Amino acid sequence: MIFWRAIAAATLFAATPALLAGEIPSDARRSGYSFMGPDTRAMQDDDTSNPGMLFVLDGEALWTRKAGSADKACADCHGDARDSMKGVAARYPAFDRALARPVTLDQRINLCRTNHQQATPLPYESRDILALSAFVAHQSRGVAIAAGDDPQAKPFIDQGRTLFTQREGQLNLACTNCHDDNFDRRLAGSPITQAQPTGYPLYRLEWQTLGSLERRLRSCMTGVRAQAYDYGAPELVALELYLMSRARGMPMETPAVRP
Amino acid sequence: MPSTGFKRSRRTPLARSIAFIAVLVASLAFVSDACAEGLVPYEITGNGIAHSLTGAPGDAARGRVLVLARATTCILCHSGPFPETRFQGDLAPDLTGAGNRWTVSQLRLRLVDASRFNPDTIMPSYYRADGLVRVGRNFVGKPVLSAAEIEDIVAYLATLRD
Repeated sequence: MIFWRAIAAATLFAATPALLAGEIPSDARRSGYSFMGPDTRAMQDDDTSNPGMLFVLDGEALWTRKAGSADKACADCHGDARDSMKGVAARYPAFDRALARPVTLDQRINLCRTNHQQATPLPYESRDILALSAFVAHQSRGVAIAAGDDPQAKPFIDQGRTLFTQREGQLNLACTNCHDDNFDRRLAGSPITQAQPTGYPLYRLEWQTLGSLERRLRSCMTGVRAQAYDYGAPELVALELYLMSRARGMPMETPAVRP
Repeated sequence: MPSTGFKRSRRTPLARSIAFIAVLVASLAFVSDACAEGLVPYEITGNGIAHSLTGAPGDAARGRVLVLARATTCILCHSGPFPETRFQGDLAPDLTGAGNRWTVSQLRLRLVDASRFNPDTIMPSYYRADGLVRVGRNFVGKPVLSAAEIEDIVAYLATLRD
């Protein structure tokens, strides 16, 4: 009995060599969608009832609107987003060679604005940045997440993993304590998910608006009574990159709906 | 569970007592400036804290209100005999019968510093203000619960008998 158990354990171990302690095996990963009730799922599934689609439509309009002193629209360089942006968001955050660090999709949009449109960057969580981001990410809906494939991203993924497992705040909890070790249990009546960021930016019913993954990360940090990192902080980007690489292979859902 | 940890005494030497009194005096002038040294010292004996942190017994009725208040965080993770509250957690044991399972002394240490029983526990140390990382601006130097709140909750949990 013990012998067979040992063999089973050894097989399991050999089958998942890259798995670190506490990490969820690849075939056991679940989108936040699978933790939701039927009503919220239906809201996400039907584009006419998904409130995130209003932002996608706004983003589509912004895509072709000229901006900045260069008087250029996104479409003037990138053409039809349906072709040029397909699969792009699934690779973000992506390593930027000029900055020598990873940047989020929101940061990439703003780098485009400042460098190519000579326009002012859009503030984090503003309606326009969320709309553009949602429109771009929507072109990847159904595409497998591929973030973190660039070898230069590795140290930043490692930094993100370290932050994910670091206890913090007055309540002294790490992300991993809930999202690796206790998903599917209930925190104050609500199911804890695996923190697979498959649908950002997404419409959160609690927020009554679309929001970024950074906003979600910051509210978790506030929840454990830690000092949340500022929007765009390298730590938040590293966490975002780690989470996206952890979800590698899962399909994008943007714009997702969550409770 | 390292049993040696339970024997560690936190009885403060005279010099620290004086510092503690000085801080207390200072905190009368700067109430918002509470810091870790402002915590009441406590002594761990066996696997509990035998003496009340306030020197007085807690109020069980107030303790029940505190356990049910979301800000104290108890029922985010625990459930219990609280039929009037819908949103309870199941990350931690049901509190029903907690008064049978633990003595008052053990309950007090579990609230003050559950990590002494299991270093990997997800239960926060409710009466601790040091050795924490990136504590939010509004919470720096403050324990999750005050000594009086701990005593009220302990008094209530002790009444939870099957």
